Amino acid sequence: MAKALVFVEHKNGKIKSSSLELLRFAKSGGLEVVAVAFGPQASSLAAEAGQNGAANLVVTESAELQNYNPEGYGKAFSEIIKNQNPTCVLGSSSVLGKDLFARVGGLLKCGVATDCVAVTFEGNNVKARRPLYSGKATASIEFKNSSTALVLVRPNVLEPRTVTPGGPATVTQSALQLSSLKTLVKQVVQGTSNKLDLSEANIIVSAGRGIKGPENFKVIEELAASLGASVGASRAVVDAGWAPHSMQVGQTGKTVSPTLYIAIGISGAIQHLAGMSSSKVIVAVNKDKEAPIFQKATYGLVGDLFEIVPLMTQEFKKLLHS
Amino acid sequence: MKIFVCVKQVPDTETKIKIKSDGSGIETQDVKWIMNPYDEFAVEEALKTRDKLADGSTVTALTLGPKARCTEVLRTALALGCDNAIVIDSTETLDTSATARALSEALKKEDAGLIFLGKQAIDDDCSQVPQLIAAHLELPHASVVVKFELSADKSKATVERESEGGTKEILELSLPCVIGANKGLNTPRFASLPNIMKAKKKEIAELNLAQLGISETDTKTRHYEFQLPPPRPAGRTLEGSAADLASQVVKLLREEAKVI
Repeated sequence: MAKALVFVEHKNGKIKSSSLELLRFAKSGGLEVVAVAFGPQASSLAAEAGQNGAANLVVTESAELQNYNPEGYGKAFSEIIKNQNPTCVLGSSSVLGKDLFARVGGLLKCGVATDCVAVTFEGNNVKARRPLYSGKATASIEFKNSSTALVLVRPNVLEPRTVTPGGPATVTQSALQLSSLKTLVKQVVQGTSNKLDLSEANIIVSAGRGIKGPENFKVIEELAASLGASVGASRAVVDAGWAPHSMQVGQTGKTVSPTLYIAIGISGAIQHLAGMSSSKVIVAVNKDKEAPIFQKATYGLVGDLFEIVPLMTQEFKKLLHS
Repeated sequence: MKIFVCVKQVPDTETKIKIKSDGSGIETQDVKWIMNPYDEFAVEEALKTRDKLADGSTVTALTLGPKARCTEVLRTALALGCDNAIVIDSTETLDTSATARALSEALKKEDAGLIFLGKQAIDDDCSQVPQLIAAHLELPHASVVVKFELSADKSKATVERESEGGTKEILELSLPCVIGANKGLNTPRFASLPNIMKAKKKEIAELNLAQLGISETDTKTRHYEFQLPPPRPAGRTLEGSAADLASQVVKLLREEAKVI
């Protein structure tokens, strides 16, 4: 049977939903599933990994791997891949996943596919589909001259799969000498936002230049809060210094594909449209009825955002919180 | 110290992408080419570091691609202030693995002390080459970097990288190391007209893939079956007062689109 290694990201003793999704995906595809997790107490994830389809869980529990260390994680993960000899290695196309998988690809001289939105297995051949030019095109990607295929999958894009929950995964320790690293993690400053990152968010409310100034962001934030949405911004807003780059949607920012994308005061430059056009439903609020964003919008609202948005917030609150 | 910055020529972000009729890639004839935007931050950081060191350190820009076209991106780098430029001539499009291997071999020959690149190129969006180079050269790396500082004895770099949800990771790397630059690292300078003119006359060194020992087996992935994204179904514009619009759209999202 083809074997899939799934790199599991976890926080506060729980596996991230984007990693659980991959365990279930691999299991329901008929593959033998081995989960891999790093950090002290990683073996405590065995029950959750087992419930979601992993028969085995390989861990490296060194203190050096408490936080993400590109060199340490790279070394530990490539060692496990060499021992396990899987058909493919799956991970979430997160900031960590993209960093780690490429380092491992270099160490093992195997191909890496970033940001995949579909993955298929035919025997030992792995094929994936991914966007390029931040979504202005898509292409298939295949692997060659590689002993395994390293595949990073975007969160929330695979068809949801269910699996029969298994017992706790069998834990194997992979010990490794990590003392001679040339990379030291000095400090990790946790972000204050408890909202999902844009790349994982189900609902995004984004602000454009139409909001006129950073002091008006609260209008957007209130709308987002009423929906439990994450907040994004156009490049114009980021370049004006009204929002950090981590909030930028579009080419030179993040490509997103939420279920619902609400664009407020965004005209829709080609770079922005590329980054959000694969959203399932798009709502646009803009005072210029000729704005290009309306060509992509499922529902277009022409008018003054400062009038419409607070009313939308009220309506959402009424619907969702009463 | 020999500081290197790897740059890539990519289609301008305004480009409307057209697919070749056989699906093997994109049409390039009407494309306007620019320096990958993330590489601009890498170039700026390399130049800033050299100028701060002021100890005779140099910055060399390195690119890979068809030389007839992509020496232009090196002229841009030279006009911005890079001291030297090298092109690795390749007429065919290489994947990330072969590209990184070729760049690594060139860097190895040059004894690079610090290597800067953009964290990702905005054409194939792979976000891999900084890490791949670091792995090939067995060097530490950090990508998605928004702050970079060299220690006084030039043996270590402290960097800040952006992770998810506003989390910041602060790493210390021993030199030589590889840095993937993110937007926010600095504010790239503009080239002055006299420097643009001077850059046109500077010599550009050339390497080829055979010299670097690159062969077919260095290619690990292939992109094919290119397509444009499916067109979105036509939407509709809602009519009415602000209050009408707000209540209509919320109702439609619940009852028609069923997304809330």
